[in-house]
Amino acid sequence: MSSNESSLPAVQLNSLRRAFGPVVALNDFSLEIAQGELVALLGPSGCGKTTALRALAGLQDLDAGQIVVQGKDITSLRASKRDMGMVFQSYSLFPHMTAQENVEYGLRLRKESRQKVGRAKRAIEMLELVGLDTQAKRFPHQLSGGQQQRVALARALAIAPDVLLLDEPLSALDAKVRSQLRDEIRRIQLELGTTTLFVTHDQEEALGVADRVGVMSEGSLAQIASPAELYERPNSALVAEFVGLTTPLPCEVIDRRAHLLGSSVPVLPGSVTTGPALALLRPESIDLVPDKQSDSIVLTVSFLGSVCRVIVQLPNKTLLTVQAPSDQISTFSPGSGVGFSFREQPVFAKGIPA
Amino acid sequence: MQIGQQQSAAKKPLTQIHTLETGPSTRGAGLRRALRGLPYLGVVPFLALVGVFFLWPTYIVITQAFVDDQGAFTMEYVTTVATSEVNLNAFRNSIQVSVITALLGGIFGGLLSWAVANSRRHGMFRRATMAASGVFAQFGGVMLAFAFLATFGFNGLVTLFFSENFGDSFLSNPTWLYGIWGLCVVYTFFQIPLMLIVFLPAVEGLRGEWREANDSLGGSTLRYWRHVGGPVLLPSFMGAILLLFANAFSSYATAAALISQGSPIVPLQIRGAIGSEVALGGAAFGKALALGMVIVVSVVMLGYVFLQRRVSRWEQ
Amino acid sequence: MKKLTGITRVWRAVILSIIGFYMLLPIVAMADFSTRAGADGGRNFDSWAAIPSAPGLLESIAVSLQLALLAVIGILVLLVPTMIWVHLRLPLMRRPLEVLCLLPIAIPAIVIVVGIAPIYRWLSQFFGSSPLSLAFVYTILTFPFAYRAVNTSLRSVDVNTLAEAARTLGASWPRTIAGVIIPNIRAGILGACVISIALVLGEFTISSLLNYETMQVVINLLGKREGQISVAVSLAALIFAFVLLVAIPTSGKKQEVG
Repeated sequence: MSSNESSLPAVQLNSLRRAFGPVVALNDFSLEIAQGELVALLGPSGCGKTTALRALAGLQDLDAGQIVVQGKDITSLRASKRDMGMVFQSYSLFPHMTAQENVEYGLRLRKESRQKVGRAKRAIEMLELVGLDTQAKRFPHQLSGGQQQRVALARALAIAPDVLLLDEPLSALDAKVRSQLRDEIRRIQLELGTTTLFVTHDQEEALGVADRVGVMSEGSLAQIASPAELYERPNSALVAEFVGLTTPLPCEVIDRRAHLLGSSVPVLPGSVTTGPALALLRPESIDLVPDKQSDSIVLTVSFLGSVCRVIVQLPNKTLLTVQAPSDQISTFSPGSGVGFSFREQPVFAKGIPA
Repeated sequence: MQIGQQQSAAKKPLTQIHTLETGPSTRGAGLRRALRGLPYLGVVPFLALVGVFFLWPTYIVITQAFVDDQGAFTMEYVTTVATSEVNLNAFRNSIQVSVITALLGGIFGGLLSWAVANSRRHGMFRRATMAASGVFAQFGGVMLAFAFLATFGFNGLVTLFFSENFGDSFLSNPTWLYGIWGLCVVYTFFQIPLMLIVFLPAVEGLRGEWREANDSLGGSTLRYWRHVGGPVLLPSFMGAILLLFANAFSSYATAAALISQGSPIVPLQIRGAIGSEVALGGAAFGKALALGMVIVVSVVMLGYVFLQRRVSRWEQ
Repeated sequence: MKKLTGITRVWRAVILSIIGFYMLLPIVAMADFSTRAGADGGRNFDSWAAIPSAPGLLESIAVSLQLALLAVIGILVLLVPTMIWVHLRLPLMRRPLEVLCLLPIAIPAIVIVVGIAPIYRWLSQFFGSSPLSLAFVYTILTFPFAYRAVNTSLRSVDVNTLAEAARTLGASWPRTIAGVIIPNIRAGILGACVISIALVLGEFTISSLLNYETMQVVINLLGKREGQISVAVSLAALIFAFVLLVAIPTSGKKQEVG
């Protein structure tokens, strides 16, 4: 692969548009994915993320827009002619074939793997990659949900696709399996260097697995950035509230600083610039200080392991969620008065709804 | 009403069980076990009806096929049925008609199922089609015979059309309608809707994800049906065809309305045997024929049940 | 619903046309046959108008309707409670119940009628020769279809959990069944009743061989003498059954989007 090719984005989605009657699923949606990058599309149901993924796969028609993969315009190409590997949310394994036969399915068409021996070898290799080579002869109904998704992953990767597409692959699994498999997917993706698009509604998943995360809303990208940047510097109230926990507290914005609880913090670009607003506070941006005279009272303390989550009732009855390392907070008990000390972290201030 | 009584009888002891269990264990044990069986009384009325009006007649048929008019055991009727040319021919014809119409119904009904599966779930087309299927498959009987007489009979629409326009062709002369081929054509008419009713759920069970997985892995439509859709549907398809076979084999009303003289198929032979109670052993003869039918249909239904098990295994 | 590609649409149209033609041809033929006005051509509805005065027809329709009603009562009073009871309290009997209900498919009516003749002879001592005594065996004939309809409903709604919830809140068994279970399986019960009505109205085998005059038996007898009238009645009955089945939604209820 020449250096020219490596600087070209692997995938370019240009101004995609798709409407279903009055509902606009993709509204001038554009996205670029670099070679070997894992981009996660995050958003609530109906935001268009799945539509975008399926458009890239060729399973969804577009009203307008262009799809370019490895420099080639594939917009009008059928799904079976695109070189994509897709993993669905569930039920996608062929029930009458063993795991190995499932993985071999895509290989049957490819010239290099036409030989039965070569095919079987490659299939076992891929099953080893996902840790299921011992289950090669099992049928899908004999495998657990997590195992089935691993086989689906192996099947998608067996054909060495240009792009790997994952449509909420972990949503149907239970919590423990979900986090295990999530890390596995990332590990394999990095090992193979496959360009990947990962769609999910679970922000923890997206942040934990991606190089960049794109938050979608109503058919277009609200913000696309690295997980850290998305979390620390959201460009809108929507992104701030969707990614991570926030507590909205009334404040007064003066000169690009939000004043509340006897202190002030800078506001992020895009926030309200002057006047009353709601500051979207992250739980870990506030430190608690014991203050017996304060009217702010600790309501509950939840021990979560390495951190504690404290809910404080403010004088105006609003509830504030604060998070801090457990060793710091063990001094606070329900009923004790607390004061606040803010870290100098910019916060997003949104306008007060009418 | 009897059932209410049974159920309230079953209800009362439930509270008694609670008090008994706090008493000394040894004394209550036997009584408790008996009372635990009381809910089973709830199914007695049902079992009574099924027993008297279904199981008992079946028993009568099966046993009295071996009983002559003096009440003694005899193999005479059964051997006659199994060996006489008339009866064997009837079985052959019945099986032939059933196989042909099961296959025709299976293939066309299968295609129809696919077409209907691709229609809107609660749309008018599907509702109308499913309603019509229910009517033809389960309600038709006699009326379908008349429908075909109106079509292919001596003054039928098609018969007149062909004799006016094509002179003396095959379709101008309707005697075929009253024979085996007529039965095939008429039976297929209710086999296709029955296939739709029985097979549609299987076609709808084909997950969209499989087709999409096939597509994104590079497979064509032909590949999909050859390697995924076809194999997955095969057990259900064969099971449905077995069901269609049993249905045609057991069918009586349509043939009885169409063919008033002669008995080319087994059910009509039974009609003849029952009708001729005057002749000695007429009824027993009918029972022997019925026994033969039971054997054939039971074998087929066992095959059906076996295939259904295979299908449900995959559905996990 | 996934969008249909062009070629799928073509295939679908071809299949529906061919099969549709085959299925509708006899219906059209019936309409044609029953409205013919004689050797000179032309059309009238005379044979239709003659339906009410056809000998024995109206009485037999009344008989069949009553039998249908009795079969429905049989289902509501016997099958449904038994199925609910077994489903909730006697899980061991679930399999046997299913086998018993599906057995009428394996033991066809023509076989039953052979064995049932002596039973009905004995029965006529109590019920006389009223055709309404057919209700007993008719109810059983409806079981395979009624069972399937009700069973689908029972399985789609988690009946056991509902019953447990009601019971722990203090409801008695009758109250649970009547007030909690039955309202939730209404669709299945309704479907079972509708199919049973159609089945009873269309039954011929047992009634003709036991010499009772139900609707189908009379239509058949009529056919030998008055071809046009019997075709008209048949068409009318088919249309009636069709309207009945279309009007009642028997397919599964719309699923909530998860």
